Amino acid sequence: MTAPNSAAAGPVVRVAGVDKTFSRGGRVVTKALEAIDLDVVRGEFISLIGPSGCGKSTLLRIVGDLTSPSAGTVTVNGKPAERARRDRDYGMVFQAPVLFDWRTVEDNVKLPLEILGWNAARRTARAREMLDLVELGEFVKHHPYQLSGGMQQRVAIARALAFEPAILLMDEPFGALDEMTRERMNDEVLRIWEQTGTTVIFVTHSIPEAVYLSSRVVVMSARPGRITKIVDVDLPRPRSEDTRESRRYFELVTEVREALRSGGADLDDAGTMAGTGSIDRAMAEGAVG
Amino acid sequence: MSASAGPLPQTAGVPGRGRTAGQAGRGARSLGTYLPAILVFVGVIVGLELLGNLLKLQTFILPKPSAVLAALGANWSTGRFALLPSALNTLQEALLGLVIGTVVGLVVAFASARWASARGILLPLAVAANAVPIIAFAPLLNNWFGLLNPLSKALMAAVLVFFPIMANVTRGLVQVEPASLELMRSYAASEWTILRKVRIPNALPYFFTALKVATTLSLIGAIVGEYFGGSATVLGRMIVQSASALKFDVTWAAILLGAVTGIVFYLLVALAERVVIPWAAALRGDT
Repeated sequence: MTAPNSAAAGPVVRVAGVDKTFSRGGRVVTKALEAIDLDVVRGEFISLIGPSGCGKSTLLRIVGDLTSPSAGTVTVNGKPAERARRDRDYGMVFQAPVLFDWRTVEDNVKLPLEILGWNAARRTARAREMLDLVELGEFVKHHPYQLSGGMQQRVAIARALAFEPAILLMDEPFGALDEMTRERMNDEVLRIWEQTGTTVIFVTHSIPEAVYLSSRVVVMSARPGRITKIVDVDLPRPRSEDTRESRRYFELVTEVREALRSGGADLDDAGTMAGTGSIDRAMAEGAVG
Repeated sequence: MSASAGPLPQTAGVPGRGRTAGQAGRGARSLGTYLPAILVFVGVIVGLELLGNLLKLQTFILPKPSAVLAALGANWSTGRFALLPSALNTLQEALLGLVIGTVVGLVVAFASARWASARGILLPLAVAANAVPIIAFAPLLNNWFGLLNPLSKALMAAVLVFFPIMANVTRGLVQVEPASLELMRSYAASEWTILRKVRIPNALPYFFTALKVATTLSLIGAIVGEYFGGSATVLGRMIVQSASALKFDVTWAAILLGAVTGIVFYLLVALAERVVIPWAAALRGDT
């Protein structure tokens, strides 16, 4: 679909016609995703939002080649998703921090660097740098179980960014955190994103979080998972506490909420409106005639 | 994401769950924790002594603790019931058995963790074999490897040790959090890398838990093997022969020595666990 020479100028991630069905014994049980098309531009912060079971995490996992689509293609930097994974183009952050207790905080951040075959001095330098970035420089020798949930998730972010992946895939990374910590983590992520210029795809079920962070919010409906609307977030950056209190922010939150609410019911709405329109037209014609 | 309730107690916690800050700041367990247990132990010993005096119990029913200690001293290293050399010989058999059983258990565990087909064949067989009262094989082992050969006792111990090591290590290698595997997949890590960096560290707490149980089992295996005959200077023979000579104070002294050997053996493994995987103890909250 994508011409190879368009890779440099084209989107970082191109999702084209992706379906995902889960079947048991040859019978389709769930249609998780249907006809998903999505382009993500370099340096963009894009959120996927939708009700539980809308397949937003599945879509993220398909982009990251942790599962494969039933139909359609995912192209990353002009390559198939599997190639991109083998080239280590992805940094993953899951809902759970997925840190290894037998490693110190620093050694957890070093893990991907070991797999990439970096030498020891370079690994240490980078791990320290990344932990400073997430403001955990004092905790390098701690073990994960000695940290709070928010701190653990920051370690996971440092680890995901340590090898400078082209794309950061975040699957509800702050879903398990309390509201206060979540807001602080949002600011943290934005700061890191602005400093590193990474492309981020961020799955969440929190509307305020999606609007606050993103340049675009992709709204999905459930069963089958479809993209119902893409909301452009034109809030100025850098975003701050003032952003959360601005009028435009509330308007965008409302827009996303309404898009979510109408998701799945939009077909009925369209039908009714078409019907009403024809009745109106008939009445008008009748009145004229 | 199932919590790992092992066949044995105190299997390690699953990483990434139920964690809060501040678990680390805990100091060493204070003497106060052990004090009640020590008091009860001393109380029982004193109680037995008093009971022996009060009821004028015959030695062949229940010798007083002081009599047992006296017998231990009198038969320490010389005479017909030389206890220390016997304990050392038994310990040697148990150790050999522990090593054999652990090595074979580990080999089978790694094979079954690596190949699902191996798991399908080996695990049901191992479980079935474990249901057999393995002690019943002791006379056969003596027959196969020679009554006087310490190997026949060591193999009894090895057979007992094998199962908990195999079962627990397999569990530790296989029951890795799916998210950990996804993380490694996102790094395009090889199976070998995953084994080294995720599965083996994950299995270490399971291994040590099994090894602590195995120390006791290896001594049981060796002593039971000895009951059925063999070299005279081993704990099992001391127990059988002193009992048939109605020298029950010596029998109890031999049992006491066996118990102390087992406890020291266990503590050594527990110490090794603290050294090799200090984070596991901290996770359990008993640093």
